[in-house]
Amino acid sequence: MNIYNINDFNGSAANPPLLAVRDLCKYFPIRSQGLIRRRIGDVKAVDHVSFDLRRNETLGLVGESGCGKSTTVRTILRALDFTSGHAYFDPEGDGRYIDFGELTARELVPLRRAAQMIFQDPFSSLNPRMTVGGIVAEPLVIHGLARGKALEKRVDEILVKVGLRPEYKTRYPHAFSGGQRQRIGIARALVMNPKFVVADEAVSALDVSVQAQVINLLDDLKREMGLSYIFVAHDLGVVRHICDRVAVMYAGRIVELAPTEELFERPLHPYTRLLLGSAPIPDPDRRTLPPNPGEVADAGNLPAGCAFAPRCPHATAACRAERPELRPAGTDHLSACPRMGE
Amino acid sequence: MTFRLFARRPALTYDMLNQRQLTLLKFRKHKLAVAAGFLLAGLYVMAIFSPFFAPYGKYERNLDYIYCPPQKLGFNWEKGLYARGLKRAVDPVTLNSRYVDAPENDAPLGFFVKGKPYRLWGIIPSERHFFGVDPERIPDFRPGDEARYVYFLAGADKFGCDIWSRIVQGSTISLSVGLVGVFLSFLFGVVIGGISGYCGGAVDTAIQRVIEIINSFPQLPMWLALAAAVPSDWGPLETYFAITVTLSLLSWTGLARVVRGKILSLREEDYAVAARLLGASHPRILFRHLLPAFASHIIVTLTLTVPGMILGETSLSFLGLGLRPPVVSWGVMLQDCMNVKAVIDYPWLLAPVLMLVFAVLCFNFLGDGLRDAADPYASK
Repeated sequence: MNIYNINDFNGSAANPPLLAVRDLCKYFPIRSQGLIRRRIGDVKAVDHVSFDLRRNETLGLVGESGCGKSTTVRTILRALDFTSGHAYFDPEGDGRYIDFGELTARELVPLRRAAQMIFQDPFSSLNPRMTVGGIVAEPLVIHGLARGKALEKRVDEILVKVGLRPEYKTRYPHAFSGGQRQRIGIARALVMNPKFVVADEAVSALDVSVQAQVINLLDDLKREMGLSYIFVAHDLGVVRHICDRVAVMYAGRIVELAPTEELFERPLHPYTRLLLGSAPIPDPDRRTLPPNPGEVADAGNLPAGCAFAPRCPHATAACRAERPELRPAGTDHLSACPRMGE
Repeated sequence: MTFRLFARRPALTYDMLNQRQLTLLKFRKHKLAVAAGFLLAGLYVMAIFSPFFAPYGKYERNLDYIYCPPQKLGFNWEKGLYARGLKRAVDPVTLNSRYVDAPENDAPLGFFVKGKPYRLWGIIPSERHFFGVDPERIPDFRPGDEARYVYFLAGADKFGCDIWSRIVQGSTISLSVGLVGVFLSFLFGVVIGGISGYCGGAVDTAIQRVIEIINSFPQLPMWLALAAAVPSDWGPLETYFAITVTLSLLSWTGLARVVRGKILSLREEDYAVAARLLGASHPRILFRHLLPAFASHIIVTLTLTVPGMILGETSLSFLGLGLRPPVVSWGVMLQDCMNVKAVIDYPWLLAPVLMLVFAVLCFNFLGDGLRDAADPYASK
């Protein structure tokens, strides 16, 4: 297992990130039909994604369905294997980084204590055959962190912390509502005191009123336990409420990355504008139609230039010829639109 | 927190029931399956204590009663419950022997009667039988009279052996072949199917093709070929084992497919991914998260495999390639029915078939009920 330091991946020494993702790629092969299935192409689900997650920060990851948000975070946590790229992570908080991409399955196991995930679907992410107590205690059992009385105590503590009664331990997941189940999922993710938590659409499957409760719970826990989140979402209202910075993804790439207020007030990339303009406004008198919906890019067959160019009202020949990279566009603001100044 | 199968009201609320309890609740509603379950339990108890439940020993011959038909029961206040006596008479015209009523041979019947001594499982000596002729109620009963006062519930065969006693004692082998064979095919099925589903890719394809090839063999000739390979000088125990292996070698494929399909679909379930992200090892994911999710399906598949095994043993033994006399099993008993004339003249030789149908139906009903109960989370 190689140990890296901040200089190995060009991080900010003043504000060392907890997680630094560099050129992360995840391609899924497209194979031909027939007996011998040749690889005839790739679906570039995640294509050269780079970003930093700072300490005690909530980074939002937004974009339309199929843009690669979930694949990005699942690849970082090695639920999927990397195609290429790096994800440098500082599990101890002492400036010694490891690279998620190059660890073996055995080396990954101890890191699971520091990096955890909350799933989207509170119904399929809990094993229906295990009690709530069993589900929440499982991480501690796997890593041998507690046993007997101490284990019980720790499970009770975390259940109370996420707003569940310790008596629920003996019940099975099917007895709970969606919001309560999501709290169980949160308890399971946080019981080992991780540093870094991925919330993969953690509130998308819940009712609006329950969403608010769970989001506030996540926010409280973040402050209390010193967590950093990557918060995958497609609901911009939720993102605006909870995130410190937001990264906008389109067709497997990050097209804009900025602090939340900056992004919502001064979006630079035309796709970000489209996305913000598509959000419904709860006012019956205002009719907002998206200016140019267009077709979603096909990740298996991306255009040569900017993936958004076919839908973009401002696209030029240069946009279609060469793929634009993320470039600084003001304080802490990155955008991948070459015409953003105009 | 106990939960009784026939509790009038569940002691716990629905919320707190686990899967096993929900399954039991649903299974209870399937009356036929519950009844079949109890009948099967009865059959197996009978098989385990077969020398006790059989009125006669399996090799006990009575040459006075060759091909004796099933005896009728009678009841009067003088003798109590008794079996109507028969005796052999020779037809003066055809010279065929046939049985005529002989009231002097009426045999009073009783439960827990004293009979021929035996050793249960070769260890425990006893001479009590569950039911049979009660010598204590026969006036001036002399030693040697056992051969005169008899009760053949299902008739007698060509040696004058009691067919019912042989059915009871043959069930030990006929019913256990199914269980032992199912255990072996459970091992094959879960291991091979599990590997196929968990590994996926080329391994999966190869295993599935092998299963298709095995399934496309015609079953009976395949059994015959495998059974014919068993050396004829092997003893009864070795033959028995060889037969169960033969049967299970061909019947694991169904289970392997069930296991493979389930693991393929469950492997990508969020809770399996969650377990992996928690750092759980492969065996832990497989045995703690994936297998329990369809343990019920495995049990159902196995229950429905047992009758096939029992039928397989019977077919093989009937054709003379399975167990051979002096071993007693239902298939061996049916060898006497090879001769059509015997079947026409002495139809009670087919009695093992009735038992076979009964046992197979019970297993099928039980399997049906279990299948319906297997997924308690399904709405209906």
